[in-house]
Amino acid sequence: MSSNVDKVWATLEHLTDPEIPVVTLRELGILRDVRETADGVEVVITPTYSGCPAMGQIEDDVRASLEQAGIAARVITQLAPAWTTDWMSDEAKEKLRKYGIAPPHHTPSDVSVVKFVRRADTAPVACPLCGSSNTVVTSQFGSTACKALYRCLSCQEPFDYFKPY
Amino acid sequence: MSTPIDYLLHLADNAVVLGQRNAEWCGHGPILEEDLALANVSLDLIGQARLLYQRAAELKGGDATEDKLAYFRDAHEFRNYTLLELPHHGPLVGYAAADRDYATTIVRNFLYSTLMVLVWDKLLQSKDASLAAIAAKSLKETSYHLHHSRDWLVRLGDGTEESHARAQAAVNHLMPYTEEFWTTSPAEGAAVAAGVGIDVWALRPEWDAMVNEALEEATLTRPNFHGYVTEGKVGLHSEHLSYLLGEMQGLARAHPNATW
Repeated sequence: MSSNVDKVWATLEHLTDPEIPVVTLRELGILRDVRETADGVEVVITPTYSGCPAMGQIEDDVRASLEQAGIAARVITQLAPAWTTDWMSDEAKEKLRKYGIAPPHHTPSDVSVVKFVRRADTAPVACPLCGSSNTVVTSQFGSTACKALYRCLSCQEPFDYFKPY
Repeated sequence: MSTPIDYLLHLADNAVVLGQRNAEWCGHGPILEEDLALANVSLDLIGQARLLYQRAAELKGGDATEDKLAYFRDAHEFRNYTLLELPHHGPLVGYAAADRDYATTIVRNFLYSTLMVLVWDKLLQSKDASLAAIAAKSLKETSYHLHHSRDWLVRLGDGTEESHARAQAAVNHLMPYTEEFWTTSPAEGAAVAAGVGIDVWALRPEWDAMVNEALEEATLTRPNFHGYVTEGKVGLHSEHLSYLLGEMQGLARAHPNATW
């Protein structure tokens, strides 16, 4: 019964993020579900940042992969529950680090986001290149909305930090 | 009772108008990092506006689409706060790119983001599940916008003599426009009655506390308010909105139904 679903998972398993080609959509938590419905197979994806320009590309990539594999499935975009970087697996975080992007810390679960705004920065962000925690933020926004710019004071290299969302 | 469309348009128009304004800094930022930051803030805002317009179009039905709502309504049909359509400079200054004042940009982003983290936080409880889902995403994004603008507010206010003076001038110029936050428009009243919107007035004490605390840290003074309260959210705008929309809507209107 689930053979179509398995086939879709297998097809999309290795599909990577267009801007961070070392992690898959599944590892990032963008690919949420594949399910069998009365009207055929549905692939559920969820947007990261509301305005992320990669979302259109991601949807196109999913459709193209399915088409190439000869699978008829609908792609549904679902907003809730809102995407969070906490869905990233430890494996995905390690891949990010090796790629030169400091992986996101856990989002604060005990305090509301409103409080988070006023909270001083907590745990230091470790440099993905040399591992030092002696780093400083250069800007809250980097090359994309999901990343902040940091600088390592030990090895002097600038790097991106994938922000908790 | 479903969500009043005018309420969704109010939220969407706020986001799209400020997104368009802040995007004017793209390629003109005072430093590279801020150029990138403002472009990213704009992307978030335009993304939020798209989700809200999509929801409004869905409720409106017929041939309504997000693009029609953004590009084919005129200034008097926009429901954004007047604060958000003002140019990036004080009153009675020219329109040239060189006239843009970053303190004005930062102060406006700070005042609006402070309001919106409180608004989105409350809208998580909206009976409109789609609106609550949009609020959940927007809250995460807006908290970064507030973080960014608050940081810079303190840096500029507690910075050099000139940065302090310009930040104070921006606060004096923009603070009166925030009075519009606290009046209740028919759309807001209807949304509250339907259990899908929030009573913004109830957020005022917390907004005041957050703003006062930041201004104090930035060594800036909050001006006393008296005078005219703007009514952008019921469609009565300043002359600045038409210019902004002229630029934003020009391409879509010159080439209707164009795709790329």
